[in-house]
Amino acid sequence: MTAVLGCAAAPDSVFPRLEPLLMQVSKPVQYVGGELNSVVKDWAACAVRWCLMYPDAYEVGQPNQGVQILYEVLNELDDVLAERTYAVWPDLEALMREHGIPQFTVDAHRPVGAFDVFGLSFSTELGYTNMLNALDLAGIPVESRDRDDTHPIVISGGHAAFNPEPIADFIDAAVLGDGEEIARTVTGIVRDWKAEGRPGGRDELLLRLAKTGGVYVPRFYDVGYLPDGRIATVTPNRAGVPTRVSKHTVMDLDEWPYPKKPLVPLAETVHERYSVEIFRGCTRGCRFCQAGMITRPVRERSIDTIGAMVDAGLKASGFSEVGLLSLSSADHSEIAEVAKQLGDRYEHTNTSLSLPSTRVDAFNVDLANEFSRNGRRSGLTFAPEGGSERMRKVINKMVTEEDLIRTVTTAYAQGWRRVKLYFMCGLPTETDDDVVQIASLARKVIEAGRQASGTRDIACTVSIGGFVPKAHTPFQWAAQLDHQTTDVRLAKLRDAIRADKQYGRAIGFRYHDGKPGIVEGLLSRGDRRVGRIIKQVWLDGGRFDGWSEHFSFDRWMNAAEIALANEPVNVDWYTTRERNRDEVLPWDHLDSGLDKDWLWQDWQDSLSEVEVEDCRWTPCFDCGVCDTMGTDIQIGPTGRQLLPLTVVNGKNG
Amino acid sequence: MARVQRQPDARDVAPAVQRLRVHFAKRGRLRFTSHRDFQRVFERAVRRAGVPVAYSAGFSPHPKISYIGAAATGAASEAEYLEISLTERWAPDVVRKTLDDALPPGFDIIEAVEPAPGARPLADRIDASHWLVTLGGVSTAALAAAVDAFMAADTLPVERVLKDGRRTLDARAAVVSLIARGEPVGFPAEPVGEASGPESGGVAETDPVGRYAILDLVVRHLTPAVRPDDVLTGLRLVSDLPPQMSPLVTRLAQGLLDETGRLADPLAPDRAVAAGSPAAAGEPVA
Repeated sequence: MTAVLGCAAAPDSVFPRLEPLLMQVSKPVQYVGGELNSVVKDWAACAVRWCLMYPDAYEVGQPNQGVQILYEVLNELDDVLAERTYAVWPDLEALMREHGIPQFTVDAHRPVGAFDVFGLSFSTELGYTNMLNALDLAGIPVESRDRDDTHPIVISGGHAAFNPEPIADFIDAAVLGDGEEIARTVTGIVRDWKAEGRPGGRDELLLRLAKTGGVYVPRFYDVGYLPDGRIATVTPNRAGVPTRVSKHTVMDLDEWPYPKKPLVPLAETVHERYSVEIFRGCTRGCRFCQAGMITRPVRERSIDTIGAMVDAGLKASGFSEVGLLSLSSADHSEIAEVAKQLGDRYEHTNTSLSLPSTRVDAFNVDLANEFSRNGRRSGLTFAPEGGSERMRKVINKMVTEEDLIRTVTTAYAQGWRRVKLYFMCGLPTETDDDVVQIASLARKVIEAGRQASGTRDIACTVSIGGFVPKAHTPFQWAAQLDHQTTDVRLAKLRDAIRADKQYGRAIGFRYHDGKPGIVEGLLSRGDRRVGRIIKQVWLDGGRFDGWSEHFSFDRWMNAAEIALANEPVNVDWYTTRERNRDEVLPWDHLDSGLDKDWLWQDWQDSLSEVEVEDCRWTPCFDCGVCDTMGTDIQIGPTGRQLLPLTVVNGKNG
Repeated sequence: MARVQRQPDARDVAPAVQRLRVHFAKRGRLRFTSHRDFQRVFERAVRRAGVPVAYSAGFSPHPKISYIGAAATGAASEAEYLEISLTERWAPDVVRKTLDDALPPGFDIIEAVEPAPGARPLADRIDASHWLVTLGGVSTAALAAAVDAFMAADTLPVERVLKDGRRTLDARAAVVSLIARGEPVGFPAEPVGEASGPESGGVAETDPVGRYAILDLVVRHLTPAVRPDDVLTGLRLVSDLPPQMSPLVTRLAQGLLDETGRLADPLAPDRAVAAGSPAAAGEPVA
């Protein structure tokens, strides 16, 4: 089924065999490709061929920025081609297995096994079983050690790659951080190795990648364990392989204005808009936030590049919505100008602008107003994250109750009808009381809102997610709250809201049970032994674990029981156990730039409810990233303008 | 305590000054798009192409495009219709070409015409469809026998799951004509374009051994609609045709059924008026 690695003859398209089956599956359009701005290149004319995968259903994976950026960055190279594949739903999987059709790309319907590099982007660990399934459907052995020179090199990236240990047996390599530059570096190494006649086979190629210091190859590191199950050591087992592998940081976002030509799907997807990252990184220092920790420092894209990207992206796609993305978009040093000038440019064009707004302050409401000039003011989202003042100090989310009330009052007074508040449950040191206080906060929000708006026709939705401790954060040592306690705590909050006769009906409450969070926690802070659980779950039929209708907690727990039967550790050990300072963590050899001592100090500060400022506006607090990585904060204001301004009025010129 | 009222300003909405009727095709792999998929693709193409579409007023303005009787997901079509309103007058053929260039290969704009003043609504000019269904694994002779049995039946109740649950439809009642064929007469050629690439489209290869057969079908539009699928179900009820025949369904035409069982082109009256011979339109002005 698999083609010889890098064969010159193009592998046959599987489409003629796939097409007769498509009327038997749901939403067949997701498998046919043909998206605007997709690229099909001549197989034989390309020296290096990448298959990129976002390991979830097409409707979720297609809009993924990481994959779209790499797809374009790679396809811009003359002798390189990149195609995409997504997880197929079980209905098609069954037919593919029955008819011997391998995992295929949507671009040219080529078999994934025929490519040189198979790159997977994980923004969540819950895609791991989908990776195993895709490998198997592609005819690629799921375990790295069983692959030979005919198989692609399997590389993982994305935020979950900062602890790839649970999938160390299944991937050949992992890359940490921004992918634009390292994808081209990897391409160059593969190109040279192939041109030289593949000296030393697969092993030599992996060694060349590992020696760059920027590609983690798990097989070149041995993990030793203590009798109690903790890790003793992680040591390189090859000469020339670095002790620690560094993350990658793109320093000038203006040099990488991708996506230039966004992929426009035929099928319906979760985000249908032109998205532009207005900056990367965040130094607000929220202690639960892995993204904010591993993407430091802050690097802004300049206002004129943003303006040019939005203009070109809308023209190339026909999208009617623009999303200005980042971890905290209102923090861009020129966001007010960006908002106003984009608002001017697209007034009366039925183009909507959106800013994932989470910061709790009045400025955010001003921005939201700017973005809703023509439209209805329906809902605004704020994320206080912690229910009580005390919790917000623990997590370093510096928002007082006063701030929150003032902000929502402004929003309601200016015509917004619904405010959504996002919180977490299960944070370190949290008690029932910290969570139940959310009910009284929501009550005050409605009270203030009715006064400010002069109407009872306003609502507040409380949305709660379970906290999962993540690698490379100050909470990497913390105990995760067990799912039973999570559920009990959330039930108390629900009861408190329902018991409120006066305001309860205006307060919506959305939450999920605690079980999926435990599996996410297991995968987030797991080590190589967790890989056996993942494989067992996949063998037992586990797929699409991010989808509640496919997720099975029992399947995971049963698999863990089998896979860890001869180990001194279990699921609780990985999740609800607090770690000591001296414990070797599974990801200690992977360098996010954060100084472990600084993280520990921040963890201790958290327990003492001490807050830390943002280094953009206060002196450096030595988190370690800039020193280690040779980076610095890059923020404006630049004082420049969006574009030589032309007002688009929707009329044809 | 002033309650904030935000009403969109009606003056912001440019009025429609021209309406166009558009005939388009859904071909090749794009037959797997749903009607909603097509709508999104079409609206984006309109934006990219800069065609001055009119928008509805209100808080969430929508482009003024209306669709007439879309073919189901999985069915290709040579005869789909929509109407679009513009805020500036454009020559119909310029709109046709501009949109056709902006749409992916497989969604092809065949014609755009301006309706004659006082013309009947397009929907009133369509009451039947002509379908061609290519069936795999079936000989023409076996299909012909099934067709004879089907046409001989007075009624053929078939079940289908609709939005409001299981419904029983009479597949026979809607069928005006049904013919089994061995040759793909009049079958549209596969469009040539980038996205088609080396892959096959929706057309089965001609097979001289007869492992495929073609069904030529004219169906009257009833409520609920009887689809080619329902006719296939009916054929299976009266014969031993296999359950899986990988049907490739293509709508060849839509229009008003005349006494001879033929379909009148729904744009013909408008085309005739546009060409300056209203008498040729043969349609009383409403």
